[in-house]
Amino acid sequence: MSNERTRILVVDDEEIVRESLGGWLEKDGYFIGSAPEGATALEKIKAERWSILLVDLKMPGVDGLQVLEEAKKLQPDLAVVIMTAYATVDTAVAAMKLGAYDYLVKPFDPEELSMMMQKIVSQQVLVRENAVLRQALRKEYRFRDLVSKSPAMQSLFELARTAARSNSTILVLGESGSGKEVLARAIHQESPRAEGPFMAVSCAALTESLLESELFGHEKGAFTGAVARRKGKFEAAQGGTLFLDEVGDITPKLQLDLLRVLEERRVHRLGGNDAIDIDVRIVAATNRDLRKAVQEGKFREDLFYRLNVIPVLIPPLRQRREDIPLLVEAFVERLAYEMKKRLDGVSAEAMNALMAHDWPGNVRELRNVLERGAVVATGHVIQLPDLGMPERPGAAARPGTLASLEEVERRHVTAVLANTGFNVSQSARILGIDRVTLYNKIKKWGLSREGGGEDGGKDE
Amino acid sequence: MVPIFTAWIGQGPADPALLAHMVRHVEVAFGTKVHPWSPPGPPRHAYDPRRRQHASGAILKWILEVGPAPGARAGKFLGVTDQDLFIPILTYVFGEAQLSGAAAVVSTARLLEDVDLFGPRLLAERLAKEAVHELGHAFGLRHCATPRCVMGRSSGVRDVDEKGPVPCEECRGRLEQQEGA
Repeated sequence: MSNERTRILVVDDEEIVRESLGGWLEKDGYFIGSAPEGATALEKIKAERWSILLVDLKMPGVDGLQVLEEAKKLQPDLAVVIMTAYATVDTAVAAMKLGAYDYLVKPFDPEELSMMMQKIVSQQVLVRENAVLRQALRKEYRFRDLVSKSPAMQSLFELARTAARSNSTILVLGESGSGKEVLARAIHQESPRAEGPFMAVSCAALTESLLESELFGHEKGAFTGAVARRKGKFEAAQGGTLFLDEVGDITPKLQLDLLRVLEERRVHRLGGNDAIDIDVRIVAATNRDLRKAVQEGKFREDLFYRLNVIPVLIPPLRQRREDIPLLVEAFVERLAYEMKKRLDGVSAEAMNALMAHDWPGNVRELRNVLERGAVVATGHVIQLPDLGMPERPGAAARPGTLASLEEVERRHVTAVLANTGFNVSQSARILGIDRVTLYNKIKKWGLSREGGGEDGGKDE
Repeated sequence: MVPIFTAWIGQGPADPALLAHMVRHVEVAFGTKVHPWSPPGPPRHAYDPRRRQHASGAILKWILEVGPAPGARAGKFLGVTDQDLFIPILTYVFGEAQLSGAAAVVSTARLLEDVDLFGPRLLAERLAKEAVHELGHAFGLRHCATPRCVMGRSSGVRDVDEKGPVPCEECRGRLEQQEGA
């Protein structure tokens, strides 16, 4: 019987009820736990996972409705059945509002109780099956450590998979925190060089001379302080992949040096005479507009073309909000593993806030927010206050804000337009309306690009 | 297999044919001899005037007190009553037994539905099934999902009619395992 996996917690201040109900259900093969009052019940829910909670409405101290409310916060998928001596419409409505599965009037009809338990069990089996299917689906949405179901990211994964197999230089473009290094690692792992080393250098973090020595290495005595010979990252990445992060930040001299290495496929250590052949795949990344830098004369055009062999653009998180639940699930799972802590997810309220946020710091910011939440959370579910997210003035209307539907619609349309850089086609797609309708709304509300949008169109 | 003892503990007169039919089924189901047993009078104290029913838990407790005579062999004790039984949380039960315990009780009160239409044979079959079912619990069996197994959960009298009078092969296997242990 599938009942063996079903754990039922019976909460009632009357021992005789706990015993008789527990005994009766035990014969159906359920695992039964019991608690004489609300506080103990909540402790048990914190400590262990339960499938069904049968809780008495009237108990001294923490009553049934309070247990229901707290239990749902701790474990949203818990099926809570309220037991009551007198059924009143008020209590039933209150229980249902708080998320109770159903309620039973004492004493129960055995057929009713039996059928209710069976119905809950079969529903939970369906939910579990659904979770397994979702997990399988998530694998489809995965490219190594990256997860996404947005069409833009899916084609990016496709491109990255194909590019990984070649030896060509890849230029990863994207805002800070969007996962450029994660993508570079994924490309390395997917490439025939996966067995070789992956070396990462952050070009913006070092001064010119330090970066020079970091990249190319030096001979002993090449400069003051060069007390020993040192291999550069190009040599260290031999047979593997070198990731040059923030490549748009390097100085003109280093741009020239780097160009030479890429053209000749050999390096000279500083102070050394011998050229060392290198077999390294370059993945470069930047959050700058390199084309613009070329136009302004700040970045060498020839180096730009050397690097820009296969450009890959990671869209910012705010342009692929549909990925937020998927990323939250993946991060929470990983955080739980890393922290050795049971975490079942985030509350609905927290998820709403995560979906509404604009994520200027992208996936990294999301991960940081969730990490904070995972540390602070006292139960198994991360709640909104655990995330410590700043309140944003003028943000999309939160539930409970008193505003007309049109006002909410206007604010939402404005926000979508701002996020797409006033790209009408893209906004219309996101909003699920046609462009003419969107144009009419823009005209009606007198919306304009100055409403806080960025320069559009540069992404394509 | 430990012996089984049965007694009529109802308030009306016992029906010898009904009980004999039950005993035959119990002996077949468990492959052991069923012995008569004479407890001292019906357990009137188990009556709850508010619910106008007998508390099956109180009857089980009473059977444990009056059942096994001092120094007697271990066994399973089944009381059969005509009184309506309840456990505090449920409106009624057909019977109750301690899981892997010595005491079991079964009642005819809720098995009488349609007996006036179909005759006493229907009651005899229902009682036999419920007696085997409750004793099955006393022998450590839980409810079984196998169709027609006597250990299937019976929440209503239709469920009783649908199931067979004996444990399924799996439940019989469990009984044999326990016997061997």
